Amino acid sequence: MKLNLKIWRQPGPNAKGRMVNYQIDGVESDMSFLEMLDLLNENLIAKGEEPVAFDHDCREGICGMCSLFINGEAHGPDRLTTTCQLHMRKFKDGDTIVIEPWRANAFPVIKDLVVDRSALDRIQQAGGYISVNTSGRPVDANTIPIPKKNADMAFDAATCIGCGACVATCKNASAMLFVSAKVAQYALLPQGRIEAAKRVQDMVAAMDAEGFGSCTNTGACEVQCPKGISLTNIAILNKEFLLAQSK
Amino acid sequence: MSTINIKEGTPLKAKIPEGDLAKKWTTYKDKIRLVSPANKRKLDIIVVGTGLAGASAAASLAELGYNVKAFAFQDSPRRAHSIAAQGGINASKNYQNDGDSDWRLFYDTIKGGDYRGREANTYRLAEVSGNIIDQAVMQGVPFARDYGGLLDNRSFGGVLVSRTFYAKGQTGQQLLLGAYSALNRQIARGKVEMYNRHEMIDLVVINGHARGIIARNLVTGEIERHSAHAVVLASGGYSNAYFLSTNAMGSNATAAWRAHRKGAYFANPAFVQIHPTCIPRSSEHQSKLTLMSESLRNDGRIWVPKKLEDAKALREGRLKPTDIPEEDRDYYLERRYPAFGNLVPRDVASRAAKERCDAGFGVNKTGEAVFLDFATAIERYGKEQAHLKGIKNPSKKLITELGEKVIEQKYGNLFQMYEKITDDNPYKTPMMIYPANHYTMGGLWVDYDLQSNLPGLFVIGEANFSDHGANRLGASALMQGLADGYFVLPYTIGDYLADYIREGKVPTDTPEFDEAEAKVKEEIDFFINNNGKHSVDYFHKKLGKIMWDKVGLSRNAEGLQKAIKEIQELRTQFWKDVRVPGRADELNPELEKAGYVADFLELGELLALDALNRNESCGGHFREEYQTEDGEALRDDKNYAYVAAWEYPAKPYERYTKHVNMSDAILHKEPLIFEFVKPTTRSYK
Repeated sequence: MKLNLKIWRQPGPNAKGRMVNYQIDGVESDMSFLEMLDLLNENLIAKGEEPVAFDHDCREGICGMCSLFINGEAHGPDRLTTTCQLHMRKFKDGDTIVIEPWRANAFPVIKDLVVDRSALDRIQQAGGYISVNTSGRPVDANTIPIPKKNADMAFDAATCIGCGACVATCKNASAMLFVSAKVAQYALLPQGRIEAAKRVQDMVAAMDAEGFGSCTNTGACEVQCPKGISLTNIAILNKEFLLAQSK
Repeated sequence: MSTINIKEGTPLKAKIPEGDLAKKWTTYKDKIRLVSPANKRKLDIIVVGTGLAGASAAASLAELGYNVKAFAFQDSPRRAHSIAAQGGINASKNYQNDGDSDWRLFYDTIKGGDYRGREANTYRLAEVSGNIIDQAVMQGVPFARDYGGLLDNRSFGGVLVSRTFYAKGQTGQQLLLGAYSALNRQIARGKVEMYNRHEMIDLVVINGHARGIIARNLVTGEIERHSAHAVVLASGGYSNAYFLSTNAMGSNATAAWRAHRKGAYFANPAFVQIHPTCIPRSSEHQSKLTLMSESLRNDGRIWVPKKLEDAKALREGRLKPTDIPEEDRDYYLERRYPAFGNLVPRDVASRAAKERCDAGFGVNKTGEAVFLDFATAIERYGKEQAHLKGIKNPSKKLITELGEKVIEQKYGNLFQMYEKITDDNPYKTPMMIYPANHYTMGGLWVDYDLQSNLPGLFVIGEANFSDHGANRLGASALMQGLADGYFVLPYTIGDYLADYIREGKVPTDTPEFDEAEAKVKEEIDFFINNNGKHSVDYFHKKLGKIMWDKVGLSRNAEGLQKAIKEIQELRTQFWKDVRVPGRADELNPELEKAGYVADFLELGELLALDALNRNESCGGHFREEYQTEDGEALRDDKNYAYVAAWEYPAKPYERYTKHVNMSDAILHKEPLIFEFVKPTTRSYK
């Protein structure tokens, strides 16, 4: 199929960016969206132009490195899907596709479609862990039984891939879904309860300091999350935060 | 018989402690030197890579008090490709009361590796495997549990017990996020300095010791010097030498290869794992292959049609798999290997799939696919659920519904991924799968301390060669990465560092750093200014094709010799004709790839040379000349029970100015001595 692409090009962090039109032919329906961009880049290199920079790595939907706002949606039109798992069969011959980077104050553009998401790491560093050292003599894993329901809910929260789609989607560029997933994972587990109050306060403070917006409960983040992280986690975060504040 | 002249160097010793196998590690730990907490603060360690091995090592070393600098080429340590490991992690906990033990895990691993691994390392791996699960649970890793709240297990290939711990099909993700959380805690404490979007492009060696690295800041293009008292490589494997593999796009061998050309020996490069259950290739534009976890072989049955005409009709779309009656299906693994059935080791399953497809029984349009069918499991689980729910005489439809729910709980994310990629619903029609490059057992040579022949250079995880012999069993990569990082390296590195407590900071204004920096800059400038005819990917794809066709699932002397010649020619053409757009002082993914492919073009030749040198079949290394009458691998313990560790055949930077012939590499042998197990012919029948 033939496609018209409108792609954000920005040479560097401080340079001015703009949308650039490209035509591409020979796109096959079995190609992934990123393979379509590979093809575009091969064409650009052959013509002596600079290829489009975009973040990607595992190409199986788990590393969280790929991003892209495609036709106004984070990771494109398919639900529960990262851009690397989006396939061209979702598009038709002659379509125009608009491709932009994640847009948020806390995610400055590095080049073209590549943004800096290190703010998410810094929030994790503020408290996204259980304070245990590697132990030469750990206690046997089965001495901590955990109700299956809690274990499953903690797992569901823990499947967040840290891609930032929730932030890019939110009209306030809030990172609440991202933060809540980690807070909820540990809040649901006995190992995580010990530091629960400190964790939620430290992570929320770090989120605010990074310049993410506030949550106004529109739920757009949940809709666009490629891993289906539930809004319930935000409810858990709010509960944990209130509990912590009241102590 | 191949006629090659290999230059042999001095044999290697692995520093394996004396004594009883089960006591070696404990006795050894009691005797090695320690560094006091006050002195640890004076010692710097560089860790390259933040996957399971790198992140667990960096966190554990920082907890001990060392100053750690960690490097990742991705934008965050959490993205390392360990994240994509699906099925699980082995541990000899014997929670299932099915007779498991450290000995059995050790024995399965050494046998699974076709007796080309080291006994002492493999036993140590089994010995610490249980600790990994304990540590991960303390970190809040949400493993699957049963209704009593205790941990659940499943089974993997090549074993007869259930010892695999898992978190749905996302075990690697959960374990990596556990290690990442420990790493984050140390970053917050200031004990780990994290360098994201940085790539190691050279190792700095001073007086024969690894004392630092040259790194490129991938955002600004700046070339940086970093010194330390020890360098730890945790930079993963080299499957991407084949272009198409299940590795991430960025997975590369550059850190390991640059250390190799600075003197570190590269061991058993020919031992690569071609995983049997991957989604088959579909188009010329394919950029990577996707694994479907081995755990699926717990419930999926592998088959092709019995009749050639049925296979032909399937390929032409005239028949659907569900049209083929039970009696016309060939469940070839169950037929050939009744004891292990669909759960034979990966090398055996991969070769068997290729054998059927080569014989004309392939089931997709390319003829390179077999079925992985869940219908039997769906029916079995459905009936079980109906019984549990007290439903008498359930309809077939209800059984299917209930069974599909169980399958979804166990493998939901894998089924979803399969459907996204292929547009087929695997609940209703069997999956199609075919082998693909997945893991590399070979890597930099290390001794029992995980130290390479270059003192001060430690290599952990997939980047080293040590524990899996010629074939890795499923769910053992996560185990090895974390064993090395959490429980082995933190002890052994102290024994080395104890000599350097008085040394002070290692300066970076030395001739060794000057030379390394100047030379890597020369290479970068060369790429930027070469202005050739073809993109980096053009060469990478060509290399991949040579590797897959001639150095892939099965190999022979003639093909390997051809491969070596073709790779040499391709390498010459690469240096002449490669085109890298953009500048050196900016984010430039094409420039990064150019470095990777330059290294793969050398590594690929060494891999073929190693395969040519090894006149036997073992594990993932199958030489057509050496097979039994029924097509099984024929090992030669008399002549090849050794680790082949290769020395780079030129001076470190010679490749910029002249043609380096990898076939001049010097072979150092480490004899494999089996004191506790007797190598036998592997049988899974």
